Amino acid sequence: MDAKKLWILFRSMFVLSACTFGGGFVIVSLMKKKYVEELQWLGEDEMLDVTAITQSSPGPLPVNASVIIGYRMAGIIGSLVAVFGTILPPMIIISVISLFYEQFRTNYYIAIALQVMRAGVAAVILDVVINLAVNVCKTKRLLYIVMMVIAFISVYFFDVSAMIVIFVCIGIGLLDLFFNAGRTRKGDAK
Amino acid sequence: MILLRLFFSFIQVGLFSVGGGYAAIPLIQEQIVNIHGLMTLEEFTDLITVAEMTPGPISINSATFVGMRLAGIWGVLICSIGCILPSFCICLILAYVYYKYRTVGGVQTVLSALRPAVVALIGSAGVSILMLGLFGHEGAAYTLDNLKWVELVIFVVCLFILRKYKPSAVAIILGSGVVGTLAYSIIGG
Repeated sequence: MDAKKLWILFRSMFVLSACTFGGGFVIVSLMKKKYVEELQWLGEDEMLDVTAITQSSPGPLPVNASVIIGYRMAGIIGSLVAVFGTILPPMIIISVISLFYEQFRTNYYIAIALQVMRAGVAAVILDVVINLAVNVCKTKRLLYIVMMVIAFISVYFFDVSAMIVIFVCIGIGLLDLFFNAGRTRKGDAK
Repeated sequence: MILLRLFFSFIQVGLFSVGGGYAAIPLIQEQIVNIHGLMTLEEFTDLITVAEMTPGPISINSATFVGMRLAGIWGVLICSIGCILPSFCICLILAYVYYKYRTVGGVQTVLSALRPAVVALIGSAGVSILMLGLFGHEGAAYTLDNLKWVELVIFVVCLFILRKYKPSAVAIILGSGVVGTLAYSIIGG
C-alpha cells in the first residue's frame, strides 16, 4: 500500500463523510458504491459482512466501517488514515457551526436544502439496495430471499432492532451449517 | 480537570452506544447534562438539532459540539478521540478475526445467512429516509395532502439517473440539494 492509495483512502472517506446526511446506513450505501462499484477495492459480499460487523460493535457506524475498510487496505495505518478522514469533516463543520448555531438553525435556505437532500440520499440508498437485493435473489436460495423479506418487514414495520435481526440471522446461519453441511461444501466448490 | 472528565465521559459514550447514532443521544445526555452538569438541557437540545442537521455520525457531531463549547479546539480533539477510541480498538480486533477466518467454509455459510438481513437493514433505512423526505417531519401522515411534490420528482429523477448513468453518490446528493433549493426558491414553497 503506497502513499498514493492511502491518499485515495483518506480523500474518499473525507468526501463520503462530508456528504452523509442521515444515519449510519447512508454511509454504508455510499461506501458500497465507492469501494465496491467504483474503485473495486472490496467484493460485494465483503461489504455486507463489514456492514454486519460494524452494526454489531459499539460506536458510530461510519467510524467502525472505516476502521475495517482501512485495515483491509493497509493494516492499522490504513485504519488510522480512514478514521481520520471520516471524523475530520464533522469536526470541522460542527466546530464552525457551534460558534453561530442560532443563525444556522433558523436559516431558511439551509433548512430547505437539508430537507430536499433527503430525496437524493434516499435515491442513492435505494439504488444500492436494488443491486444488493437482486444479487440475493440470484443466489436462488429460498431461505435467503425469505429471510431478507422477513428482516425488512420486522425492522421497518415493527421496529425490531438491527442487533436482534443480526443475531437471529447468525443463529439461522449456524442451523443451516449443521443441517445442510453437505450441500454447503458442494456450494463452496463452485 | 475538564478535559480529562470529557475524555472519560466520551469513552463511555463510545463504548456503550451500540446500534447506531440515536442510541448515543441518551448516553451523552446522561454524561454531559445529568452527571457532570456541563450543559443545560436546553443547550443539549440545540446540540441534537445541529447534530441532526449536519453530515457525519451524530456522536462525533455531539462530541465536537460539546468539546468546542466547553474547552475549544482541544476539547473537540479530546471528546472525539474519546468517543471513537473504544470502537476503534474493538473493530480492529473484529477486522483481524474476520479477515483471518472469513474463507473458512463454515464461517462462509453463517455469513451468507447474514447478508440478506443486512440488505434488509439498509433497505429499511432507505425507505425511512425516503418517507421522511417525501412527507416532511417524522410522524406526518402519509396522505396526498402532505406529499411534497418537489421531493418526489427529485427522488424519481435521481433514481433514474443513478440506474442509467451510475454517477457518484456525492454528485447526486449535492445536486438534489441545489436543484431542490432552487425549485423552492422559485415556487416559494
